[in-house]
Amino acid sequence: MNNKRTSLLQRFVAAPYTVWSVLFIVIPLVMVVYYTFTDSNGVFTTVNVAKLVEKEYLSIFARSVAYAFIATVVCLVIAFPLAYFISQTKPRTQKLAIMLTMLPMWTNLVIRTYSLGNLIEDTGVINTALGLLDNPIHMINTPFAVILGMVYNYLPFMVLPIHTVISKLDKNVIEASQDLGCNKFKVITKVILPLSKSGIVSGITMVFVPAISTFYISKKLGGTDNRLIGEVIEDSFLYSENWNFGSAISFVLMIIIMLSIAIVNKFSDDEEGGGMLL
Amino acid sequence: MKILSKIYICLIFLLLYAPVIVMIIFSFNSSNSLSEFTGFSLRFYHEAFNNSKVIDAFKNTLILAVVTAAFSGVLGTAAAVGISRMKSKYLRKSLLSVTNIPMMNPDIVTGVSMMLLFVFAGTLIGLSSSLNFWTMLIAHITFSLPYVILSILPKIKQMDKHLPEAAMDLGCTPLMSFLKVELPCILPGVVSGMLMAFTLSLDDFVISYFVKGTGFETLPIYIYSAVKKGVRPTLYAANTIIVVAVLVLLILINFVGRDKSDKKLKTKGR
Repeated sequence: MNNKRTSLLQRFVAAPYTVWSVLFIVIPLVMVVYYTFTDSNGVFTTVNVAKLVEKEYLSIFARSVAYAFIATVVCLVIAFPLAYFISQTKPRTQKLAIMLTMLPMWTNLVIRTYSLGNLIEDTGVINTALGLLDNPIHMINTPFAVILGMVYNYLPFMVLPIHTVISKLDKNVIEASQDLGCNKFKVITKVILPLSKSGIVSGITMVFVPAISTFYISKKLGGTDNRLIGEVIEDSFLYSENWNFGSAISFVLMIIIMLSIAIVNKFSDDEEGGGMLL
Repeated sequence: MKILSKIYICLIFLLLYAPVIVMIIFSFNSSNSLSEFTGFSLRFYHEAFNNSKVIDAFKNTLILAVVTAAFSGVLGTAAAVGISRMKSKYLRKSLLSVTNIPMMNPDIVTGVSMMLLFVFAGTLIGLSSSLNFWTMLIAHITFSLPYVILSILPKIKQMDKHLPEAAMDLGCTPLMSFLKVELPCILPGVVSGMLMAFTLSLDDFVISYFVKGTGFETLPIYIYSAVKKGVRPTLYAANTIIVVAVLVLLILINFVGRDKSDKKLKTKGR
Protein backbone atom coordinates (compact mmCIF):
# COMPACT_ATOMS: atom_id res chain seq x y z
CA MET A 1 0.00 0.00 0.00
CA ASN A 2 1.14 3.43 -0.85
CA ASN A 3 0.13 5.24 2.28
CA LYS A 4 2.10 8.37 1.74
CA ARG A 5 0.64 8.99 -1.67
CA THR A 6 -2.96 8.45 -0.62
CA SER A 7 -2.65 10.66 2.43
CA LEU A 8 -1.28 13.44 0.26
CA LEU A 9 -4.22 13.09 -2.09
CA GLN A 10 -6.64 13.08 0.81
CA ARG A 11 -5.24 16.23 2.26
CA PHE A 12 -5.47 17.87 -1.12
CA VAL A 13 -9.02 16.72 -1.79
CA ALA A 14 -10.73 18.62 1.03
CA ALA A 15 -8.57 21.69 0.59
CA PRO A 16 -10.68 23.54 -2.01
CA TYR A 17 -13.77 23.20 0.13
CA THR A 18 -11.89 24.26 3.25
CA VAL A 19 -10.73 27.40 1.49
CA TRP A 20 -14.22 27.97 0.08
CA SER A 21 -15.93 27.63 3.44
CA VAL A 22 -13.50 29.99 5.13
CA LEU A 23 -13.87 32.57 2.37
CA PHE A 24 -17.62 32.44 1.94
CA ILE A 25 -18.99 31.18 5.25
CA VAL A 26 -16.62 32.27 8.01
CA ILE A 27 -15.37 35.61 6.69
CA PRO A 28 -18.87 36.96 5.88
CA LEU A 29 -19.93 36.24 9.46
CA VAL A 30 -16.81 37.95 10.77
CA MET A 31 -17.78 40.92 8.65
CA VAL A 32 -21.24 41.02 10.19
CA VAL A 33 -19.61 41.21 13.63
CA TYR A 34 -17.17 43.84 12.39
CA TYR A 35 -19.94 46.04 10.99
CA THR A 36 -21.95 45.56 14.17
CA PHE A 37 -19.30 47.22 16.30
CA THR A 38 -18.21 49.98 13.95
CA ASP A 39 -19.82 53.11 12.55
CA SER A 40 -19.88 54.19 8.91
CA ASN A 41 -16.27 55.41 9.18
CA GLY A 42 -15.02 52.13 10.58
CA VAL A 43 -14.51 53.47 14.10
CA PHE A 44 -15.36 51.22 17.03
CA THR A 45 -18.76 51.95 18.55
CA THR A 46 -21.55 50.28 20.48
CA VAL A 47 -24.19 52.70 19.18
CA ASN A 48 -25.70 50.09 16.85
CA VAL A 49 -26.24 47.59 19.62
CA ALA A 50 -27.46 50.29 22.01
CA LYS A 51 -30.08 51.36 19.46
CA LEU A 52 -31.57 47.89 19.60
CA VAL A 53 -32.83 48.30 23.15
CA GLU A 54 -34.99 51.22 22.10
CA LYS A 55 -38.64 50.48 22.66
CA GLU A 56 -39.49 50.31 18.96
CA TYR A 57 -36.97 47.57 18.24
CA LEU A 58 -37.55 45.67 21.45
CA SER A 59 -41.21 45.32 20.55
CA ILE A 60 -40.30 44.14 17.05
CA PHE A 61 -38.00 41.50 18.52
CA ALA A 62 -40.68 40.42 20.98
CA ARG A 63 -43.26 40.22 18.20
CA SER A 64 -40.97 38.18 15.94
CA VAL A 65 -40.21 35.69 18.70
CA ALA A 66 -43.89 35.43 19.66
CA TYR A 67 -45.18 34.92 16.10
CA ALA A 68 -42.47 32.40 15.27
CA PHE A 69 -43.13 30.57 18.52
CA ILE A 70 -46.89 30.38 17.91
CA ALA A 71 -46.34 29.29 14.30
CA THR A 72 -43.94 26.56 15.44
CA VAL A 73 -46.40 25.25 18.03
CA VAL A 74 -49.26 25.26 15.53
CA CYS A 75 -47.07 23.45 12.99
CA LEU A 76 -46.15 20.83 15.57
CA VAL A 77 -49.77 20.30 16.61
CA ILE A 78 -50.86 19.88 12.98
CA ALA A 79 -47.81 17.97 11.77
CA PHE A 80 -47.46 15.29 14.42
CA PRO A 81 -50.86 13.64 13.81
CA LEU A 82 -50.38 14.13 10.07
CA ALA A 83 -46.98 12.44 10.07
CA TYR A 84 -48.31 9.66 12.29
CA PHE A 85 -51.38 9.05 10.12
CA ILE A 86 -49.27 9.08 6.97
CA SER A 87 -46.92 6.51 8.46
CA GLN A 88 -49.90 4.21 9.09
CA THR A 89 -50.80 4.05 5.40
CA LYS A 90 -49.49 1.72 2.71
CA PRO A 91 -45.90 2.35 1.50
CA ARG A 92 -47.09 3.55 -1.87
CA THR A 93 -49.54 6.04 -0.35
CA GLN A 94 -46.81 7.16 2.03
CA LYS A 95 -44.44 7.97 -0.78
CA LEU A 96 -47.14 9.92 -2.58
CA ALA A 97 -48.15 11.80 0.56
CA ILE A 98 -44.55 12.78 1.29
CA MET A 99 -44.08 13.95 -2.27
CA LEU A 100 -47.22 16.04 -2.01
CA THR A 101 -45.91 17.51 1.24
CA MET A 102 -42.68 18.56 -0.44
CA LEU A 103 -44.21 19.97 -3.61
CA PRO A 104 -45.38 23.34 -2.22
CA MET A 105 -41.98 23.70 -0.56
CA TRP A 106 -40.41 23.83 -3.98
CA THR A 107 -42.73 26.31 -5.55
CA ASN A 108 -41.68 29.87 -5.20
CA LEU A 109 -42.09 31.43 -1.76
CA VAL A 110 -43.07 34.80 -3.17
CA ILE A 111 -45.87 33.52 -5.36
CA ARG A 112 -47.10 31.10 -2.70
CA THR A 113 -47.41 33.91 -0.18
CA TYR A 114 -48.93 36.12 -2.80
CA SER A 115 -51.68 33.69 -3.67
CA LEU A 116 -52.34 33.10 0.01
CA GLY A 117 -52.90 36.84 0.33
CA ASN A 118 -55.13 36.60 -2.72
CA LEU A 119 -57.19 34.04 -0.84
CA ILE A 120 -57.70 35.95 2.39
CA GLU A 121 -57.95 39.54 1.14
CA ASP A 122 -61.03 41.60 1.96
CA THR A 123 -61.99 41.28 -1.70
CA GLY A 124 -60.27 37.90 -2.02
CA VAL A 125 -61.43 34.47 -3.02
CA ILE A 126 -62.84 33.45 0.36
CA ASN A 127 -64.89 36.59 0.88
CA THR A 128 -66.10 36.54 -2.73
CA ALA A 129 -67.06 32.89 -2.53
CA LEU A 130 -68.95 33.47 0.71
CA GLY A 131 -70.69 36.51 -0.77
CA LEU A 132 -69.34 38.75 1.97
CA LEU A 133 -67.89 41.53 -0.17
CA ASP A 134 -69.99 44.17 1.57
CA ASN A 135 -69.10 43.00 5.02
CA PRO A 136 -65.93 40.96 4.58
CA ILE A 137 -64.23 38.83 7.19
CA HIS A 138 -61.11 40.87 7.80
CA MET A 139 -58.08 38.59 7.76
CA ILE A 140 -55.28 40.27 5.86
CA ASN A 141 -52.92 42.63 7.71
CA THR A 142 -53.58 40.97 11.04
CA PRO A 143 -51.27 38.87 13.23
CA PHE A 144 -53.47 35.92 12.23
CA ALA A 145 -52.54 36.38 8.58
CA VAL A 146 -48.80 36.50 9.32
CA ILE A 147 -48.92 33.39 11.49
CA LEU A 148 -51.07 31.61 8.92
CA GLY A 149 -48.49 32.49 6.27
CA MET A 150 -45.70 31.06 8.41
CA VAL A 151 -47.62 27.87 9.16
CA TYR A 152 -48.58 27.44 5.56
CA ASN A 153 -45.08 28.00 4.24
CA TYR A 154 -43.12 26.01 6.81
CA LEU A 155 -45.46 23.13 7.72
CA PRO A 156 -43.64 20.69 5.37
CA PHE A 157 -40.41 21.28 7.30
CA MET A 158 -42.15 19.93 10.39
CA VAL A 159 -43.94 17.01 8.73
CA LEU A 160 -40.93 15.53 6.92
CA PRO A 161 -38.49 14.92 9.80
CA ILE A 162 -41.23 13.66 12.13
CA HIS A 163 -42.52 11.29 9.47
CA THR A 164 -39.00 9.99 8.82
CA VAL A 165 -38.50 9.10 12.46
CA ILE A 166 -41.96 7.59 12.97
CA SER A 167 -41.76 5.47 9.83
CA LYS A 168 -38.48 3.98 11.06
CA LEU A 169 -39.79 3.05 14.50
CA ASP A 170 -39.48 -0.60 15.40
CA LYS A 171 -42.96 -2.07 15.06
CA ASN A 172 -42.09 -4.62 17.77
CA VAL A 173 -41.74 -1.88 20.37
CA ILE A 174 -45.26 -0.68 19.64
CA GLU A 175 -46.64 -4.22 19.73
CA ALA A 176 -44.81 -4.90 22.97
CA SER A 177 -46.39 -1.87 24.59
CA GLN A 178 -49.81 -3.01 23.39
CA ASP A 179 -49.16 -6.47 24.79
CA LEU A 180 -48.26 -4.88 28.09
CA GLY A 181 -51.62 -3.16 28.24
CA CYS A 182 -51.27 0.22 26.58
CA ASN A 183 -54.34 1.51 24.79
CA LYS A 184 -54.05 3.36 21.50
CA PHE A 185 -53.77 6.75 23.13
CA LYS A 186 -51.11 5.59 25.56
CA VAL A 187 -49.10 3.99 22.75
CA ILE A 188 -48.89 7.40 21.14
CA THR A 189 -48.11 9.46 24.22
CA LYS A 190 -45.84 6.99 26.01
CA VAL A 191 -44.07 5.24 23.13
CA ILE A 192 -44.27 7.00 19.79
CA LEU A 193 -44.02 10.59 21.02
CA PRO A 194 -40.87 10.08 23.12
CA LEU A 195 -39.24 7.97 20.40
CA SER A 196 -39.83 10.61 17.73
CA LYS A 197 -38.15 13.34 19.74
CA SER A 198 -35.23 13.75 17.38
CA GLY A 199 -37.59 14.35 14.46
CA ILE A 200 -39.63 16.82 16.47
CA VAL A 201 -36.52 18.72 17.50
CA SER A 202 -35.22 19.10 13.96
CA GLY A 203 -38.74 20.01 12.83
CA ILE A 204 -38.94 22.74 15.46
CA THR A 205 -35.64 24.30 14.38
CA MET A 206 -36.51 23.99 10.71
CA VAL A 207 -39.75 25.93 11.28
CA PHE A 208 -38.64 28.39 13.92
CA VAL A 209 -35.50 29.64 12.15
CA PRO A 210 -37.11 30.69 8.86
CA ALA A 211 -40.25 31.92 10.67
CA ILE A 212 -38.42 34.28 13.01
CA SER A 213 -36.28 35.69 10.21
CA THR A 214 -38.90 36.07 7.48
CA PHE A 215 -39.45 39.43 5.91
CA TYR A 216 -41.56 38.64 2.91
CA ILE A 217 -44.45 36.94 4.69
CA SER A 218 -45.00 39.72 7.20
CA LYS A 219 -44.56 42.38 4.56
CA LYS A 220 -47.09 40.81 2.23
CA LEU A 221 -49.64 39.57 4.75
CA GLY A 222 -49.03 41.71 7.82
CA GLY A 223 -49.22 45.22 6.45
CA THR A 224 -47.49 47.97 8.42
CA ASP A 225 -48.60 46.98 11.91
CA ASN A 226 -46.83 43.65 12.02
CA ARG A 227 -43.22 44.46 11.24
CA LEU A 228 -40.75 41.70 12.06
CA ILE A 229 -36.96 41.58 12.49
CA GLY A 230 -36.44 40.46 8.91
CA GLU A 231 -38.14 43.58 7.59
CA VAL A 232 -35.90 45.82 9.68
CA ILE A 233 -32.83 44.02 8.31
CA GLU A 234 -34.07 44.32 4.73
CA ASP A 235 -34.83 47.96 5.33
CA SER A 236 -31.46 48.86 6.77
CA PHE A 237 -29.51 47.06 4.05
CA LEU A 238 -31.48 47.91 0.94
CA TYR A 239 -33.40 51.11 1.65
CA SER A 240 -31.98 53.20 4.46
CA GLU A 241 -28.45 51.93 3.71
CA ASN A 242 -27.52 51.71 7.38
CA TRP A 243 -25.45 48.56 7.10
CA ASN A 244 -23.95 48.85 10.54
CA PHE A 245 -27.33 48.84 12.22
CA GLY A 246 -28.53 46.08 9.88
CA SER A 247 -25.52 44.00 10.87
CA ALA A 248 -26.24 44.59 14.54
CA ILE A 249 -29.79 43.25 14.15
CA SER A 250 -28.56 40.29 12.10
CA PHE A 251 -25.98 39.58 14.78
CA VAL A 252 -28.57 39.64 17.55
CA LEU A 253 -30.94 37.54 15.44
CA MET A 254 -28.20 34.95 15.06
CA ILE A 255 -27.67 34.92 18.83
CA ILE A 256 -31.40 34.54 19.51
CA ILE A 257 -31.53 31.60 17.12
CA MET A 258 -28.48 29.93 18.58
CA LEU A 259 -29.93 30.29 22.07
CA SER A 260 -33.30 28.90 20.96
CA ILE A 261 -31.65 25.92 19.30
CA ALA A 262 -29.55 25.33 22.40
CA ILE A 263 -32.71 25.40 24.55
CA VAL A 264 -34.55 23.01 22.24
CA ASN A 265 -31.56 20.68 22.21
CA LYS A 266 -31.46 20.74 26.02
CA PHE A 267 -34.96 19.32 26.07
CA SER A 268 -34.07 16.51 23.74
CA ASP A 269 -31.81 13.60 24.53
CA ASP A 270 -28.19 14.32 23.85
CA GLU A 271 -27.50 10.90 22.44
CA GLU A 272 -27.08 12.25 18.91
CA GLY A 273 -23.90 14.29 19.25
CA GLY A 274 -24.74 17.84 20.27
CA GLY A 275 -21.44 18.68 18.60
CA MET A 276 -23.30 19.21 15.37
CA LEU A 277 -24.43 22.57 16.65
CA LEU A 278 -21.90 25.24 15.76
CA MET B 1 -60.18 5.60 13.33
CA LYS B 2 -58.85 4.68 9.90
CA ILE B 3 -61.41 6.86 8.16
CA LEU B 4 -60.90 9.73 10.56
CA SER B 5 -57.17 9.70 9.93
CA LYS B 6 -57.71 9.72 6.19
CA ILE B 7 -60.09 12.66 6.50
CA TYR B 8 -57.49 14.48 8.55
CA ILE B 9 -54.76 13.88 5.94
CA CYS B 10 -57.02 15.07 3.13
CA LEU B 11 -58.12 18.13 5.07
CA ILE B 12 -54.57 19.25 5.81
CA PHE B 13 -53.53 18.70 2.22
CA LEU B 14 -56.51 20.69 1.06
CA LEU B 15 -55.46 23.60 3.28
CA LEU B 16 -51.83 23.26 2.22
CA TYR B 17 -52.77 23.31 -1.41
CA ALA B 18 -55.52 25.93 -1.29
CA PRO B 19 -53.25 28.79 -2.45
CA VAL B 20 -51.63 26.59 -5.11
CA ILE B 21 -55.07 25.62 -6.37
CA VAL B 22 -56.13 29.26 -6.38
CA MET B 23 -53.03 30.06 -8.39
CA ILE B 24 -53.70 27.32 -10.94
CA ILE B 25 -57.39 28.18 -11.31
CA PHE B 26 -56.84 31.89 -11.82
CA SER B 27 -54.02 31.29 -14.29
CA PHE B 28 -56.76 29.98 -16.59
CA ASN B 29 -59.10 32.87 -15.94
CA SER B 30 -60.33 34.84 -18.92
CA SER B 31 -60.32 38.18 -17.10
CA ASN B 32 -57.79 39.97 -14.95
CA SER B 33 -59.79 39.36 -11.79
CA LEU B 34 -58.15 37.31 -9.07
CA SER B 35 -61.26 36.71 -7.05
CA GLU B 36 -63.88 35.82 -9.61
CA PHE B 37 -63.55 33.13 -12.24
CA THR B 38 -65.13 34.48 -15.40
CA GLY B 39 -64.31 31.75 -17.86
CA PHE B 40 -61.58 29.49 -19.14
CA SER B 41 -58.86 30.88 -21.35
CA LEU B 42 -55.19 30.37 -22.11
CA ARG B 43 -54.42 34.04 -22.70
CA PHE B 44 -52.15 34.36 -19.67
CA TYR B 45 -50.10 31.40 -20.80
CA HIS B 46 -49.81 33.07 -24.15
CA GLU B 47 -48.76 36.28 -22.42
CA ALA B 48 -46.23 34.49 -20.22
CA PHE B 49 -44.59 32.86 -23.23
CA ASN B 50 -44.45 36.15 -25.08
CA ASN B 51 -43.11 38.16 -22.18
CA SER B 52 -39.39 38.37 -22.90
CA LYS B 53 -38.64 39.34 -19.30
CA VAL B 54 -40.28 36.19 -17.96
CA ILE B 55 -38.44 34.06 -20.51
CA ASP B 56 -35.10 35.74 -19.74
CA ALA B 57 -35.56 35.36 -16.00
CA PHE B 58 -36.51 31.75 -16.50
CA LYS B 59 -33.40 31.12 -18.60
CA ASN B 60 -31.20 32.84 -16.03
CA THR B 61 -32.69 30.77 -13.24
CA LEU B 62 -32.06 27.55 -15.15
CA ILE B 63 -28.49 28.48 -16.07
CA LEU B 64 -27.72 29.43 -12.50
CA ALA B 65 -29.28 26.23 -11.13
CA VAL B 66 -27.42 23.98 -13.57
CA VAL B 67 -24.04 25.62 -12.97
CA THR B 68 -24.67 25.58 -9.21
CA ALA B 69 -25.55 21.89 -9.27
CA ALA B 70 -22.53 20.97 -11.40
CA PHE B 71 -20.05 23.00 -9.39
CA SER B 72 -21.34 22.06 -5.96
CA GLY B 73 -21.49 18.43 -7.11
CA VAL B 74 -17.78 18.37 -7.92
CA LEU B 75 -16.64 20.48 -5.00
CA GLY B 76 -19.00 18.68 -2.61
CA THR B 77 -17.87 15.21 -3.65
CA ALA B 78 -14.23 16.17 -3.16
CA ALA B 79 -15.10 17.72 0.19
CA ALA B 80 -17.08 14.69 1.39
CA VAL B 81 -14.32 12.28 0.38
CA GLY B 82 -11.73 14.50 2.03
CA ILE B 83 -13.75 14.97 5.23
CA SER B 84 -14.46 11.26 5.61
CA ARG B 85 -10.74 10.49 5.50
CA MET B 86 -9.45 13.26 7.66
CA LYS B 87 -7.15 11.89 10.31
CA SER B 88 -7.50 14.78 12.69
CA LYS B 89 -10.80 14.47 14.52
CA TYR B 90 -10.61 18.09 15.55
CA LEU B 91 -10.24 19.34 11.99
CA ARG B 92 -13.06 17.14 10.76
CA LYS B 93 -15.44 18.27 13.49
CA SER B 94 -14.72 21.93 12.94
CA LEU B 95 -15.12 21.61 9.18
CA LEU B 96 -18.45 19.83 9.66
CA SER B 97 -19.57 22.54 12.06
CA VAL B 98 -18.71 25.23 9.53
CA THR B 99 -20.62 23.21 6.94
CA ASN B 100 -23.67 23.35 9.20
CA ILE B 101 -23.63 27.13 9.46
CA PRO B 102 -25.45 27.90 6.18
CA MET B 103 -28.13 25.34 7.08
CA MET B 104 -28.65 26.69 10.61
CA ASN B 105 -28.33 30.36 9.86
CA PRO B 106 -31.43 32.14 8.64
CA ASP B 107 -31.27 32.84 4.90
CA ILE B 108 -31.50 36.55 5.45
CA VAL B 109 -28.33 36.57 7.58
CA THR B 110 -26.49 34.42 5.03
CA GLY B 111 -27.66 36.85 2.35
CA VAL B 112 -26.61 40.07 4.06
CA SER B 113 -23.30 38.61 5.26
CA MET B 114 -22.36 37.62 1.71
CA MET B 115 -23.49 40.96 0.41
CA LEU B 116 -21.17 42.65 2.92
CA LEU B 117 -18.28 40.48 1.74
CA PHE B 118 -18.90 41.03 -1.97
CA VAL B 119 -19.33 44.77 -1.68
CA PHE B 120 -16.27 45.02 0.55
CA ALA B 121 -14.18 42.92 -1.85
CA GLY B 122 -15.55 44.98 -4.74
CA THR B 123 -14.44 48.28 -3.23
CA LEU B 124 -11.04 46.75 -2.46
CA ILE B 125 -10.41 46.06 -6.13
CA GLY B 126 -12.13 49.26 -7.13
CA LEU B 127 -15.32 48.10 -8.81
CA SER B 128 -18.28 50.45 -8.81
CA SER B 129 -20.87 47.66 -8.69
CA SER B 130 -19.54 44.40 -7.41
CA LEU B 131 -22.73 42.34 -7.47
CA ASN B 132 -23.30 40.33 -10.64
CA PHE B 133 -23.88 36.83 -11.98
CA TRP B 134 -20.70 35.56 -10.36
CA THR B 135 -21.52 36.74 -6.87
CA MET B 136 -24.93 35.14 -7.18
CA LEU B 137 -23.31 31.92 -8.36
CA ILE B 138 -20.89 31.92 -5.42
CA ALA B 139 -23.77 32.48 -3.01
CA HIS B 140 -25.84 29.67 -4.53
CA ILE B 141 -22.93 27.24 -4.46
CA THR B 142 -22.23 28.17 -0.86
CA PHE B 143 -25.72 27.46 0.43
CA SER B 144 -26.07 24.28 -1.66
CA LEU B 145 -22.74 22.70 -0.72
CA PRO B 146 -23.74 21.56 2.80
CA TYR B 147 -26.71 19.63 1.39
CA VAL B 148 -24.52 17.95 -1.23
CA ILE B 149 -21.85 17.03 1.31
CA LEU B 150 -24.37 15.67 3.82
CA SER B 151 -26.04 13.53 1.22
CA ILE B 152 -22.71 12.01 0.11
CA LEU B 153 -21.16 11.38 3.55
CA PRO B 154 -23.58 8.57 4.55
CA LYS B 155 -22.88 6.79 1.24
CA ILE B 156 -19.16 6.89 1.93
CA LYS B 157 -19.78 5.49 5.40
CA GLN B 158 -21.85 2.63 3.95
CA MET B 159 -19.15 1.73 1.43
CA ASP B 160 -16.77 -1.12 2.22
CA LYS B 161 -13.54 0.56 3.27
CA HIS B 162 -11.47 -2.24 1.77
CA LEU B 163 -12.71 -1.68 -1.77
CA PRO B 164 -10.42 1.23 -2.65
CA GLU B 165 -7.54 -0.50 -0.90
CA ALA B 166 -8.12 -3.63 -2.94
CA ALA B 167 -8.26 -1.56 -6.11
CA MET B 168 -4.94 0.03 -5.31
CA ASP B 169 -3.39 -3.31 -4.40
CA LEU B 170 -4.42 -4.47 -7.84
CA GLY B 171 -2.55 -1.62 -9.40
CA CYS B 172 -4.93 1.31 -9.55
CA THR B 173 -3.59 4.74 -8.89
CA PRO B 174 -5.53 6.56 -6.15
CA LEU B 175 -7.29 8.62 -8.80
CA MET B 176 -8.27 5.54 -10.81
CA SER B 177 -9.45 3.75 -7.71
CA PHE B 178 -11.60 6.74 -6.88
CA LEU B 179 -13.09 7.00 -10.35
CA LYS B 180 -13.63 3.30 -10.94
CA VAL B 181 -14.48 2.02 -7.47
CA GLU B 182 -15.51 4.71 -5.05
CA LEU B 183 -17.43 7.05 -7.31
CA PRO B 184 -19.85 4.35 -8.55
CA CYS B 185 -20.52 3.42 -4.91
CA ILE B 186 -21.36 6.94 -3.79
CA LEU B 187 -23.00 8.04 -7.03
CA PRO B 188 -26.61 7.89 -5.72
CA GLY B 189 -25.59 10.32 -2.98
CA VAL B 190 -23.87 12.61 -5.47
CA VAL B 191 -26.87 12.61 -7.79
CA SER B 192 -29.42 13.28 -5.06
CA GLY B 193 -27.17 16.00 -3.63
CA MET B 194 -26.90 17.66 -7.01
CA LEU B 195 -30.65 17.46 -7.57
CA MET B 196 -31.11 19.05 -4.18
CA ALA B 197 -28.65 21.82 -5.10
CA PHE B 198 -30.54 22.32 -8.34
CA THR B 199 -33.93 22.69 -6.66
CA LEU B 200 -32.56 24.87 -3.86
CA SER B 201 -30.98 27.20 -6.37
CA LEU B 202 -34.10 27.23 -8.52
CA ASP B 203 -36.29 28.24 -5.62
CA ASP B 204 -34.05 30.58 -3.66
CA PHE B 205 -35.38 34.04 -3.20
CA VAL B 206 -34.04 35.51 0.04
CA ILE B 207 -30.29 35.05 -0.49
CA SER B 208 -30.47 35.99 -4.17
CA TYR B 209 -32.41 39.10 -3.22
CA PHE B 210 -29.47 40.44 -1.24
CA VAL B 211 -26.62 39.46 -3.57
CA LYS B 212 -28.40 40.23 -6.85
CA GLY B 213 -26.75 42.65 -9.18
CA THR B 214 -28.19 44.76 -11.93
CA GLY B 215 -28.76 42.99 -15.21
CA PHE B 216 -29.07 39.46 -13.93
CA GLU B 217 -32.52 38.58 -12.64
CA THR B 218 -33.71 35.15 -11.61
CA LEU B 219 -37.36 34.22 -11.75
CA PRO B 220 -38.05 34.59 -8.00
CA ILE B 221 -36.45 38.06 -8.10
CA TYR B 222 -38.40 39.01 -11.19
CA ILE B 223 -41.64 37.80 -9.62
CA TYR B 224 -40.92 39.86 -6.52
CA SER B 225 -40.49 43.06 -8.50
CA ALA B 226 -43.32 42.29 -10.94
CA VAL B 227 -45.87 41.49 -8.26
CA LYS B 228 -45.69 45.09 -7.09
CA LYS B 229 -46.59 46.34 -10.55
CA GLY B 230 -49.43 43.88 -11.01
CA VAL B 231 -48.93 41.60 -14.02
CA ARG B 232 -50.38 38.96 -11.83
CA PRO B 233 -52.29 36.30 -13.77
CA THR B 234 -49.33 36.03 -16.14
CA LEU B 235 -47.14 35.21 -13.16
CA TYR B 236 -49.68 32.65 -11.99
CA ALA B 237 -49.48 31.01 -15.41
CA ALA B 238 -45.67 30.98 -15.39
CA ASN B 239 -45.69 29.46 -11.92
CA THR B 240 -48.27 26.84 -12.77
CA ILE B 241 -45.86 25.62 -15.42
CA ILE B 242 -43.11 25.53 -12.81
CA VAL B 243 -45.25 23.59 -10.33
CA VAL B 244 -45.89 20.98 -12.98
CA ALA B 245 -42.18 20.89 -13.84
CA VAL B 246 -41.22 20.46 -10.19
CA LEU B 247 -43.78 17.69 -9.83
CA VAL B 248 -42.19 15.84 -12.75
CA LEU B 249 -38.73 16.44 -11.26
CA LEU B 250 -39.89 15.13 -7.87
CA ILE B 251 -41.22 11.99 -9.47
CA LEU B 252 -37.87 11.54 -11.22
CA ILE B 253 -35.98 12.08 -7.97
CA ASN B 254 -38.11 9.45 -6.32
CA PHE B 255 -37.00 6.95 -8.91
CA VAL B 256 -33.30 7.68 -8.52
CA GLY B 257 -33.46 6.16 -5.05
CA ARG B 258 -32.60 9.06 -2.86
CA ASP B 259 -34.85 8.05 0.01
CA LYS B 260 -32.22 7.06 2.52
CA SER B 261 -29.70 9.83 2.20
CA ASP B 262 -32.42 12.44 2.01
CA LYS B 263 -34.16 11.28 5.13
CA LYS B 264 -30.93 11.09 7.07
CA LEU B 265 -30.21 14.61 6.13
CA LYS B 266 -33.58 15.81 7.27
CA THR B 267 -33.25 14.33 10.74
CA LYS B 268 -29.57 14.96 11.28
CA GLY B 269 -29.19 15.40 15.03
CA ARG B 270 -29.23 19.07 15.77
